[in-house]
Amino acid sequence: MAEIVIRNLRKEFGAFTAVEGSSFTIRDGEFFMLLGPSGCGKTTTLRMIAGLELPSGGEILIDGEDVSQLPASRRDIAMVFQMFALYPHMNVRRNISYPLVSQGVARAEVQAKVAEVARILGITDILDKPVGGLSGGDRQRVALARAIVRRPKAFMMDEPLGALDAEFREHMAEELRALHDRMGATTVYVTHDQLEAMQMGDKIVVMNHGVVEQFGTPQDIYDHPATLFVADFIGSPSMNFLRFQGALAAGDSAVRLGEVSIATPEVQVATGPRDLVLGVRPEHVTLSDAAPYRGRILASEYLGTSQIITLDCPHGTVKARVPSGQGVRSGETVGLSFRSGTLSLFDAATGRALRTAANAAVHHG
Amino acid sequence: MSAYSVTEPSRLSKSVAALLVVGYAVITLLPLLWILSTGFKSGPDSISYPPKVLFEPSLEGYVNLFTTRTRIGAEQFAALPPPETWYDKIVRQSGTVIAGPSRFGERFMNSVIIGFGSTFLSIFLGTLAAYAFSRFRVPLKDDLLFFILSTRMMPPIAVAIPIYLMYRELGLSDTHLGMILLYTAVNISLAVWLLKGFIDEIPREYEEAALIDGYTRFQAFRKVVLPQAATGIASTAIFCLIFAWNEYAFAVLLTSGNAQTAPPFIPTIIGVGGQDWPAVAAGATLFLLPVMIFTILLRKHLLRGITFGAVRK
Repeated sequence: MAEIVIRNLRKEFGAFTAVEGSSFTIRDGEFFMLLGPSGCGKTTTLRMIAGLELPSGGEILIDGEDVSQLPASRRDIAMVFQMFALYPHMNVRRNISYPLVSQGVARAEVQAKVAEVARILGITDILDKPVGGLSGGDRQRVALARAIVRRPKAFMMDEPLGALDAEFREHMAEELRALHDRMGATTVYVTHDQLEAMQMGDKIVVMNHGVVEQFGTPQDIYDHPATLFVADFIGSPSMNFLRFQGALAAGDSAVRLGEVSIATPEVQVATGPRDLVLGVRPEHVTLSDAAPYRGRILASEYLGTSQIITLDCPHGTVKARVPSGQGVRSGETVGLSFRSGTLSLFDAATGRALRTAANAAVHHG
Repeated sequence: MSAYSVTEPSRLSKSVAALLVVGYAVITLLPLLWILSTGFKSGPDSISYPPKVLFEPSLEGYVNLFTTRTRIGAEQFAALPPPETWYDKIVRQSGTVIAGPSRFGERFMNSVIIGFGSTFLSIFLGTLAAYAFSRFRVPLKDDLLFFILSTRMMPPIAVAIPIYLMYRELGLSDTHLGMILLYTAVNISLAVWLLKGFIDEIPREYEEAALIDGYTRFQAFRKVVLPQAATGIASTAIFCLIFAWNEYAFAVLLTSGNAQTAPPFIPTIIGVGGQDWPAVAAGATLFLLPVMIFTILLRKHLLRGITFGAVRK
């Protein structure tokens, strides 16, 4: 069990910078998500923690010891790969016992430990089968068994559910989380699926272009995105951006969109006149005829309990999530009101969130 | 009328295909059959016209292959004690006696040592080089790979004279080591390129899993990569062995007394006492066997090797 500290971690492949000055701390026992689009550097970061890539700069501390230049075999970390990477020329039992054999564990002890993890994961009956004929879920369980049999300090998981079909993913995600809760081992998990990250993670790091955009709990990241990228990446449909120009003074608690004043959380830092963005989650928009901010309905998508209404507004297109009972007609012009305490403000040029009363406590990457 | 199907060939095309395969097999196997049967013919049968398909089998060819014989005077011949062994008896039928063993056994062993030695060396070096090219960031990788391939773009015999002179200076002429090195040099380009293709197809995750499981890079290579590359190694080994085994030109040029292989030796049998076709055929038959056995032993791998990478698993 371990705490992992990442400090100014950097990785360059020739002229290409894959990871640029990442810093974050993974506490002991945390289920930690590295989230981002493909090519954002999340897998490279994971591979550097595991020891499969050596960093170009920065430090990786596992339990206070700098391991950044140690080979993988000396870091006491286990990894689950996206394609499972079960050794195809061995049966299930030999696959699971392989990490123990490398450490020279006595045969009887190996057998006992393999039997134990097989029982935990419910794969006792397939122990003597070749790995070739196994189903995706069983392969996944064998890969997990191989990872946990050694009781390593931490687990690295590189999109372990990516190769499973959608229906089974859900089930396996729950199983993984339950397994983590039982073992309490620090887990670092790479995914590009924001729902998976929100559902399973204790903490999330959102990365883009090799840079950590934000680091925090799923709720912090959803409610108070630190950058436009995070706001756009997290949530489905993603956050609405209303673009306008203006200047804000400290203590302001409203912005002017054209003729309409919209209440926001109290602004804490003054900003001169510039391009700004007001961020609104779709579920924080309500449609009411009385509201002064108007938009024309373009389309609606029916989703069962709710519906997504797309509106054309003076400052951009807005999607609103409203109860499916609410009757709307395309082409109709309606008023929009926003739940003021939940709104975010961004500087359009830098992409960063402005400090307000709502997000003051949130850690900015 | 049966429905047209994309995946299942029609009965007609199947029988045409079968006919073509059988025809091809007959064309390629007929000379082999000819060699095999000639080896068991007696001297006169082997040159009879029209050729005999049915004949009384004789081991004369094989006995002549392994012995040198000498003709002795009639009264001396009559005074000989009765033949002690079956091969003595066969030799006496043609009025000669065995003078000693021929050099065929020795030449054959030379072929085995040089053929398998160079195959082993090509595979050993080729696998390591292919692994490095496949997995590591090698400086000038593409240029090096092209350079290795380019050694195969000219017929090897084009460099015969420089090699002959170099070998003479280095004392490698007519040595086993010299021939092993030469055949390895010719085969290594094939080995590196074939094996790189096979190793590229093995996902890196297997080794990475082994590295994380506590193995060193070399242990991961030996225990995880090698077993999975077995198919590629087997088929590459067959190609290397066939080249080294059959090579004639360099063998004629560079070997004579000590390290001569079977290919330049077999034609010389014919010069020993007339046209001894059965002995030549016997030598050719025995010469075919090792490659045939080697190929049959590895045929499962070879077949998989040919289709390797064609279908996504």
